Amino acid sequence: MHETSEHAVHQHAPPTSFIRKHIFSLDHKVIGKQYYGLALLAVFIGMVLSWLMRIHLAWPTWPIPGLDKLSAVGAPAGVMTPEYYLSLMTMHGTIMVFFVLTNAPFAAFGNYFLPIQIGAEDMAFPRFNMMSFWTTFTAFLVMIAAFFVTDGPPISGWTAYAPLSAVGKDAGPGLAMGQNLWAISIAIFCIGSLLGALNFIATTLDLRTKGMSLSRMPYSTWAWFVTAVISLLAFAVLLPACILLILDRTAGTSFFIPSGLVLSDRLQPHAGGSVLLWQHLFWFFGHPEVYIAILPSIGIVCHILPVFARKPLLGPRATIGCMIAIGFLSYMVWGHHMFVSGMNPFSANLFSVPTLIITIPATILTLLLIGTVYGAKMRFTTPALFCLGFISVFISGGISGFFLAQPSLDTYLHATYFVVAHFHFVMAVASIFGVFAATYFWFPKMYGRMMSDTLGKWHFWLTFIGVYCIFMPMHYLGLAGNVRRYSAFVDDYLIALIPVHKFITIAALATGAAQLIFLFNLIWSRFRGPIAPDNPWEGTSLEWSTTSPPPFDNFGGRHMVVYQGPNEYGVEGTANDYVMQTSPEKIVTG
Amino acid sequence: MGKLFAAVVFVITLISVAIFVMHTWWLPIDISTTGPAVDRQMNDTMIGTGILFLAGQLVLGVFVWGSSSRKSGRKIRIFPGGATPLVTAAIILVGLEILTLTFVGSKAWGAIYLTPPAANSLRVDVQAEQFAFYFRYPGPDGQFGGLHPDKIDDGSGNYFGLDPANDIAARDDIVVGSLVVPVNRPVELTLHSKDVGHSFYVRELRVQQDFVPGLDIPLHFTATQTGKFEIVCTQLCGLGHYNMKAYLEVMPEDQWEQWLKSQAGQ
Amino acid sequence: MRSRYFTALAVAVLLGSGMLVFAKPPAGSGSITGKVTYTGTPPKMKPIDMSKEPSCAKQHATPVLTENVATGPGNALQWVVVYISAGDQGSTAPSQAVRYDQKGCQYLPHVLPMQVDQGLQIYNDDQTSHNIHPLSKINAEWNKSQPPGSPAIDTKYDKPEFIPVKCNIHPWMHGYFIVLNTSHYAVSGEDGSFDIKGLPPGKYTVTAWQEQYPAQSQEVTISGSEAKTANFVFKVLPY
Repeated sequence: MHETSEHAVHQHAPPTSFIRKHIFSLDHKVIGKQYYGLALLAVFIGMVLSWLMRIHLAWPTWPIPGLDKLSAVGAPAGVMTPEYYLSLMTMHGTIMVFFVLTNAPFAAFGNYFLPIQIGAEDMAFPRFNMMSFWTTFTAFLVMIAAFFVTDGPPISGWTAYAPLSAVGKDAGPGLAMGQNLWAISIAIFCIGSLLGALNFIATTLDLRTKGMSLSRMPYSTWAWFVTAVISLLAFAVLLPACILLILDRTAGTSFFIPSGLVLSDRLQPHAGGSVLLWQHLFWFFGHPEVYIAILPSIGIVCHILPVFARKPLLGPRATIGCMIAIGFLSYMVWGHHMFVSGMNPFSANLFSVPTLIITIPATILTLLLIGTVYGAKMRFTTPALFCLGFISVFISGGISGFFLAQPSLDTYLHATYFVVAHFHFVMAVASIFGVFAATYFWFPKMYGRMMSDTLGKWHFWLTFIGVYCIFMPMHYLGLAGNVRRYSAFVDDYLIALIPVHKFITIAALATGAAQLIFLFNLIWSRFRGPIAPDNPWEGTSLEWSTTSPPPFDNFGGRHMVVYQGPNEYGVEGTANDYVMQTSPEKIVTG
Repeated sequence: MGKLFAAVVFVITLISVAIFVMHTWWLPIDISTTGPAVDRQMNDTMIGTGILFLAGQLVLGVFVWGSSSRKSGRKIRIFPGGATPLVTAAIILVGLEILTLTFVGSKAWGAIYLTPPAANSLRVDVQAEQFAFYFRYPGPDGQFGGLHPDKIDDGSGNYFGLDPANDIAARDDIVVGSLVVPVNRPVELTLHSKDVGHSFYVRELRVQQDFVPGLDIPLHFTATQTGKFEIVCTQLCGLGHYNMKAYLEVMPEDQWEQWLKSQAGQ
Repeated sequence: MRSRYFTALAVAVLLGSGMLVFAKPPAGSGSITGKVTYTGTPPKMKPIDMSKEPSCAKQHATPVLTENVATGPGNALQWVVVYISAGDQGSTAPSQAVRYDQKGCQYLPHVLPMQVDQGLQIYNDDQTSHNIHPLSKINAEWNKSQPPGSPAIDTKYDKPEFIPVKCNIHPWMHGYFIVLNTSHYAVSGEDGSFDIKGLPPGKYTVTAWQEQYPAQSQEVTISGSEAKTANFVFKVLPY
């Protein structure tokens, strides 16, 4: 191992030109920041889309100023049409899942910190790494281009169920060019993610520095590694699925389209395909994708919480075991998205059991985190608050999984707002809380300046209370049978629930506005924040053994040698209450 | 700060739970024979997970409260017994909950989806299309006509693609926009989709089932109360998805017979 | 409402002044009148079940019937477009737009003829959203929702075509845009009668188009200001 990393030092010298330094850079740290920037741009777009949708749901006749400028067809006089609502919904889901939840906790922070945490100078394949980012960026541009085609973005949701997504313009607006762009963009995204996953795996296995055994790797690195393995298998299924979809749409094949379909009075020239095949392929990717989004955040929280609790994480082996178990089980549960989809009802029981079993490692992880808080001397910094907030929203989101994992309840709750509440809490909010914690925690390392803790705390409290106001009521809506993906509520039954939607909309606008505090903090601290020391939080892992920000080769030519695990907090009888991973001192446990 | 966090978590948790407990928003009445088992399962799950939710959030709050203590000379404490009791507790408690839920719940599921329909079931064909449901009764001859996608013509009201010119069984088929059924009689639906995926969802029946283009999907239920209930589409099917609905009308048997006669006369 | 009234007034004034200032193209005074009837047993028109859209259903005391073979007393056949398919000198489209209404979840009128490049204004008079999907093959195809209260859709077609129009939200809504190269056309009424006016002398092919049965043509020669008669008989089938 040591030899390989030594070799990596001489792989490339620091670039001097602006383009090689900041744009087409091979440096994993720059690429990590690029991923973060892309995720930030994407999350802003995704959030604005959710605002537009929320306003429309609560006040469907209100014209939204300027919306007609974005799309005169989609929003004549500023009031969005049903199809434009679905377009915005599709783009919100797609952008958030792919370009935010996959990019920010995994690709962004993983790229920046995985090599540093294992004492490597860079990723195993820096050129691949650059290609991954620019491939992902291209995918993003193609996706955004869908806003500007005549019919607008696709209306088939981020799940793009066939045949709605497969037959083309006869199925409705947005399903011609918009859907093509969607499928092409996702296919490109898969390629970028596959390259990235390979790189993460190779780097973790091959470039660990001397003494960095697998059991001494920080939890965040473990999480990124497990996520990379999941990614490799998941995107390897989505990529061919997208290619088949593109072929059905453009080359006249019928992978997902059966015979005898009549859309808009036209008998479709397809035969022999299977609608459920798309669902199987999609969810075989789609469920592991949920863990691609959440596992890195779990790892990040496991990494950060002990730093502020000033005590080791409870059950380090159990934690890693649970991450691996979750990754493994994530491939056996995709059918729980399809209980009522027309799949053989016997298989529902088969998929229900592993789904429920997944709650065991998830519960263990949660309990270990809570157990870590017990008896801690907590330092309530912003990243610590976001870690605690993560535990709370992860519980809230996980609990509703018990309902949806049961076919007998899914028959009522499927496709209601209960599902929306569930996956937003457990996958979106929990994952984003991990990203926030990571941002406040690692910003000093990345930019050499501290973020404002006061603004950070305001940001935390508003966001924490805000997300509960947004997503908790959605459970009630779901229980009452409020169907999701409706652009308006016109039934007598649903009209009665609109006041709840108004409350949620107001909460969403307020919580969204609170993110401006974060954005301001980020930009202000980048230029005006107080200079950060090398180890501001008194952490033990390797990123704290180098300068803030780290030099081009991460450790300034030093070869790090690791003597400890990452978990040595609250150690008595030492100068500080912690022992760095690079410190050779013997720890006397008593 | 720790006390504040604990307080906020307590307040959020208690308000959330209170609204669940008060049933402020809850499932509508149940009108099916299979629904009570679903509702029971819902209640059991609600209680079981409610306890986990309360315990998880409150313990988190209490621990955070404790961890913020500024008592001088306080030392950190490891959770009593380390990770083992927690891991064991999680496996046993959650495992038991899972086992119970699965055994009880799979019965509720089986009653809806894994039992064959009763022999005396009323057979109704359902065609879902962008963005409406149509229902077909076999008519006086008790026979459904064959389906021919190439004959489908919304403009002349041929939503199913019947071929009355060549198919005598199709001539008396009754096609309507509402599902009208007699109370307490088993109903056996066959779901077809004309174009894309749709779903059949009646909240009061506690039943949801997708229409799969290319497949005939069976579904059966027995309504135990008369009244008018909404059938809504829950599978994203295009721009009119939000307004894709029909009504389920459950009538006394004699009234239903009359309705059927009046439809056959048209 | 008021602005619509003003627009109509303005259009009328403009048209009037246009007529005064510019010499109109040589409009003839010949005409072709006649009646469209059927032989055989027509299919029974079915009552439309609008129960999914209560706001529309309550506008109709008795259910509306399908209109694909709309018949009247005396074997009259309604909604047949009779137009000059050959022999017409051609003329520019009138500046007055034709109007298409969605009211009570019905298209009014069921069949709407218009000239190439003539304006077409589509209104939603209902309390519900409609989507207008003209299934054109020669002209550019589009498919748009029109929520209640949203402005009229202003459009036109630049090539002649018989275009079925449908609303997916209310699948029973089915109509036709008949885009013609001529300004000389008429639609048969409930009694099957039609009247094509203003024909200059000439030899014409008159075609009658019905949505379900093959079109028929006749040759008619007009000299001076004659009123010629042309009757069309469609053979219909019960199924």
